[in-house]
Amino acid sequence: MPAGQQPAADQQPAAGGRLSRRHLLLGGAAAGIGAAGAIGIDLAGRAGGQAAEPPAEAALTGAATVPFYGAHQAGIETAPQAHVTYLALDLADQTDKAALRRMLRILTDDAARLSQGEGALADAEPELAVRPARLTVTIGFGRRLVERAGGAAPGWLRPLPAFGVDRLEPAWGGGDLLLQVGSDDPLTVAHATRMLLKDSRSFGALRWVQTGFRRASGSEKPGTTMRNLFGQVDGTVNLVPGTPDFEKLVWGAADGPGWLAGGTGFVLRRIRMDLDKWDGLDRPGREASVGRTLTNGAPLTGSRETDEPDFAAKTAIGFPVIPEFSHLRRARSADPNERILRRGYNYNDAPTGGSISNAGLLFASFQADVDRQFVPIQRRLDELDLLGEWTTPIGSAVFAIPPGCAEGGYIGETLV
Amino acid sequence: MKITPATRFAVVAAAVVLTLTSCAGTAAPAAPATTATKQADSLAIDGAWMKAADGGMSAAFGVLENTGDEDVTIVSAATPASATVELHETVANDSGETVMQETDGGYVVPAGDSFELAPGANHIMLMGLANPVKAGDEVTFTLTLSDGSTFEFDAPAKDFSGGNESYEGDTDMGN
Repeated sequence: MPAGQQPAADQQPAAGGRLSRRHLLLGGAAAGIGAAGAIGIDLAGRAGGQAAEPPAEAALTGAATVPFYGAHQAGIETAPQAHVTYLALDLADQTDKAALRRMLRILTDDAARLSQGEGALADAEPELAVRPARLTVTIGFGRRLVERAGGAAPGWLRPLPAFGVDRLEPAWGGGDLLLQVGSDDPLTVAHATRMLLKDSRSFGALRWVQTGFRRASGSEKPGTTMRNLFGQVDGTVNLVPGTPDFEKLVWGAADGPGWLAGGTGFVLRRIRMDLDKWDGLDRPGREASVGRTLTNGAPLTGSRETDEPDFAAKTAIGFPVIPEFSHLRRARSADPNERILRRGYNYNDAPTGGSISNAGLLFASFQADVDRQFVPIQRRLDELDLLGEWTTPIGSAVFAIPPGCAEGGYIGETLV
Repeated sequence: MKITPATRFAVVAAAVVLTLTSCAGTAAPAAPATTATKQADSLAIDGAWMKAADGGMSAAFGVLENTGDEDVTIVSAATPASATVELHETVANDSGETVMQETDGGYVVPAGDSFELAPGANHIMLMGLANPVKAGDEVTFTLTLSDGSTFEFDAPAKDFSGGNESYEGDTDMGN
């Protein structure tokens, strides 16, 4: 499938046979046009009284592709796929600047081919590559990689400041090279991950792997805000690709090093969620902790998810409807520059030590300046956030995401 | 990633003469490439790569494609990475094992068709690497065709442990 072809995943009509505005915005202009075209055909078929084709055929989304080449890397503006694997590698001592260049050429070639549904070069299982299902591979650099390349690292490219709520486990932190592998098909993620790791083994060692998921592709309307394993609508307030805010706050690192132009910053926080303790909290308590309803994520002062919260509203006995300690109130900044692109996932790993849950959130965010955008939000939550009673950050990593590249180039060519 | 035919015919041909001597029975008529269509003009390769190796032997792969109306015969290959390069094929030996050996007469890429070089099958064999070839290195290959024209392409090296290849007359491939 040539680059730019419309993702089939976006060719499904929204409820009521029309496309939501949110979907159009999230899907991007190209996907939106494709989707509108496909829906036109679909509706025409219905108007004729007969289905144009069997539903099972219409639902297939494995061939959908996201263009690899471009000014920015894929996997950031891309509407989040259902499955993700984040990999961090530590560079081997002998991986010098020349080796970094070789590594990045190979990883770029793998990512470019796999994302278009082709086997990688030397792919021992090319049959697994033929259903990309919107596969994207996003490459990020830790500070040591940037220094190894002889480049200037942005000031924020370092571990986040220590927060009081943190209980960080080294197993989930740090790393020199990040690979974010996302697809709507978990088998595709596994294959791409395998291929990328095989091709990076000469250059470094795997440090950690974190896998996450959302609802399956096709299970609900594209663009629906995800739910976390507490049952909450998670990520309502978000930057929208294509908007001036997004350009400025995700891609707009004007004062960063030149090699990062067109790139951004990435934070991955592994937040353990104590499902068993959460079980002990009643529904009003759960809603108060966040300041949103569980039903549809509306602020407690509103009825729809997208309603603006009314922080001044008081209950009959004079307490704020949205409590002072709520996550919604604490995460929100009066400074519009303190916003980030949230692109997180759930994790649900095997319980250990006699417990019955080992779950949480892979809080993944993209922002041009981690220190100015992410850190102030986390500081406020560190000071006060009732949700913190049931959540604990146990992993933390920061990476710089270099810009995309054109065909024939490679990711990181502006640095090394 | 398709590589288009190289046009550096004269220069490359001189460099390839040494390897041609090892290919008996494939005399290459040095066709004057001024008017007639060269075989190289209709040749392309898709997905070229070679196996990274610290030394000894290695191999290169890819899918050769012939867009022309006439068969293209590849009589030899050369690369700066290795002094000796052979075109190998897969055959069954007398005891029924599948083994690799040098082709007798080169590779024929049929008109309008393709010819695959892959691990465990036909491949360009590098016997005696001059230097280590590391993952991500780009290695240039030059194929000489039966009309004397040449086709050049670059192949990235990749770490690869597959194939379990065995070679006729050489049981230890070094992997």
